Amino acid sequence: MSDESPQGDADAAETVEEIAIADPVAAAVVEGFPGSVAVESHGQSVVYVDRGVLAEVTKRLRDAERFTQCTDVTAVDHAADVERVEIPGVVRERFEVVVNLLSHPRNARIRLICQVPEDDPTVPSVTPLFPGANFPEREAYDMFGITFDGHPDLARILMPDDWDGHPLRKDDPIARIPVTFKGDPAPR
Amino acid sequence: MSESMSDVINEPTAEEARLGRQTDEGAQELRPRQHEVVMTGGVWPDDDETMIINMGPQHPSTHGVLRIMMELDGETVLQAKPVIGYLHTGMEKTGEQLTYVQGATNVTRMDYLNCLGNELVYALAVENLLDTEVPERAVWMRMMLVELQRMASHLLFQATNGMDIGALSMMIYGWREREQVLRLLEMITGLRMNHNFIRVGGLAADLPDGWQQATLDVCDNVEAGVAEYETLLCENPIWQERTQGVGVITTEQALALGATGPILRSTGFPWDLRKAQPYLAYDDVDFEVIYTGNGDVYDRFLIRLFEILESVKIVRQCVARMPGGDYRVQDRKITPPPRGRIDESMEALIHHFKLFTEGFKVPAGETYVAIESPRGEVGCYLVSDGTGKPVRLHVRGPSFYNLQSVEAMVPGSMVADAVAIISSVDPVMGEVDR
Repeated sequence: MSDESPQGDADAAETVEEIAIADPVAAAVVEGFPGSVAVESHGQSVVYVDRGVLAEVTKRLRDAERFTQCTDVTAVDHAADVERVEIPGVVRERFEVVVNLLSHPRNARIRLICQVPEDDPTVPSVTPLFPGANFPEREAYDMFGITFDGHPDLARILMPDDWDGHPLRKDDPIARIPVTFKGDPAPR
Repeated sequence: MSESMSDVINEPTAEEARLGRQTDEGAQELRPRQHEVVMTGGVWPDDDETMIINMGPQHPSTHGVLRIMMELDGETVLQAKPVIGYLHTGMEKTGEQLTYVQGATNVTRMDYLNCLGNELVYALAVENLLDTEVPERAVWMRMMLVELQRMASHLLFQATNGMDIGALSMMIYGWREREQVLRLLEMITGLRMNHNFIRVGGLAADLPDGWQQATLDVCDNVEAGVAEYETLLCENPIWQERTQGVGVITTEQALALGATGPILRSTGFPWDLRKAQPYLAYDDVDFEVIYTGNGDVYDRFLIRLFEILESVKIVRQCVARMPGGDYRVQDRKITPPPRGRIDESMEALIHHFKLFTEGFKVPAGETYVAIESPRGEVGCYLVSDGTGKPVRLHVRGPSFYNLQSVEAMVPGSMVADAVAIISSVDPVMGEVDR
């Protein structure tokens, strides 16, 4: 009996740890990349990773954890947030780059989020790993001005190539451009 | 001599590089590549001169305003590059200015052939952030409506695909059946397109009187129509010649390029979110995931044709098993009070007024919800900061990702086949450009 009680305590400690990171893939990422924080957002597995290792984490997930598809890459501008969820261990920056990965063999999704500061909006590209990230990364560049290092063809995709500014930034207000028509007579 | 010549040709001068940056064509430049193309059936001039042409943005086969830059060697396409953005209207920016109540009118216009599906993915995302469960009847009504929408979308695909490939009568037949589905949707929702019917917390209204018979009639007619298309096209040697072995893509390519939906399923990969990650009540109804193994234009046509029949199957089950009860949650913070209550209750009037002026507040957080649209995985990434308007409303349109597979499918085919391939991707430019 006396032998079993410390064993039981260790088990209990392990279960607490497992509840904290329910998803084994997220736990593996946190273990392999110190500084990453795994959370559960509305039942979905989310890992906050350092932007420097975004491509390595994605590569690890693709090669070792069988994440077969990059379903989405997008960005968020938090400049005008009224309230922002505090995540312990994550230093919040203005921009976030969000990478959604899907594993068909596991039938699981995981979301990688990295914080991107305003003065150096640069993240490593995942296009060399998942060619399908080409268009969405171009869109994030176009809309937020975030540069994806290693992207083969980082050009604007939705806005005209000579466009000034990045429309989805919060400091790019709507109706910034006056609507003018050629040959429009001045107001009478 | 030849080496120095090629060096001169390959390296752009400083002036060219500057021009490339400045003109609006520069960034979208298509650089000629060296390809090994085997050409048969004639004596070809021994030159390696290629031509770069633009197809679109105004071209009947491009389903709107898609532009494809193609490098041609004679009639053979060496490479193709989709150029998009001609229909960009800033809908994601607009979504940040609208309340959560108004948001449905915005997302429904993105994929205008899958309006109800887009409303559904948006509603599911907001409900996920709110932790709201909708009543059983709302779930089944949503499922029936989305399947009707899938039928309409695939029928339209049959029409336009036939038209693009040269089966012009197919266009009339496809439109004929789609019209019946749209009339039914008009009877239920009040609108033919852009319904704004699936709302956060349920639906806008209950089903109208006589919906069962009307729905079953449409199911019968669509089924008869599909049987006709099958007779007309499936065994048609001209059709087969035109589509089989054209635009082949492998499973690995499709996965790597982010392609979903019929493109992925045509490569022998039976992935359908309705089965794999069931939402609504899809785990409760009986249907099959249609998939084939050749990955060509013909297979994508077949998959969409037989998915219509699977949708008919689901709709019939919905009609037979439609549960009673409420069609929306009775939470006055999310859904408006019944019209009658507004006249007699001050509280109901206030709730109604608040809901439609400032909307409701959603707890801070972020979520990604994905469902199976007729074109693949449509996802909604929603970020809230606890106010009445989203910080970010991002819609992952399947066509946006599927278009990238054109680059992999077109090279090596004829120009006319390129038209068939673009058609088989079934892009909706509204959701590509948003």
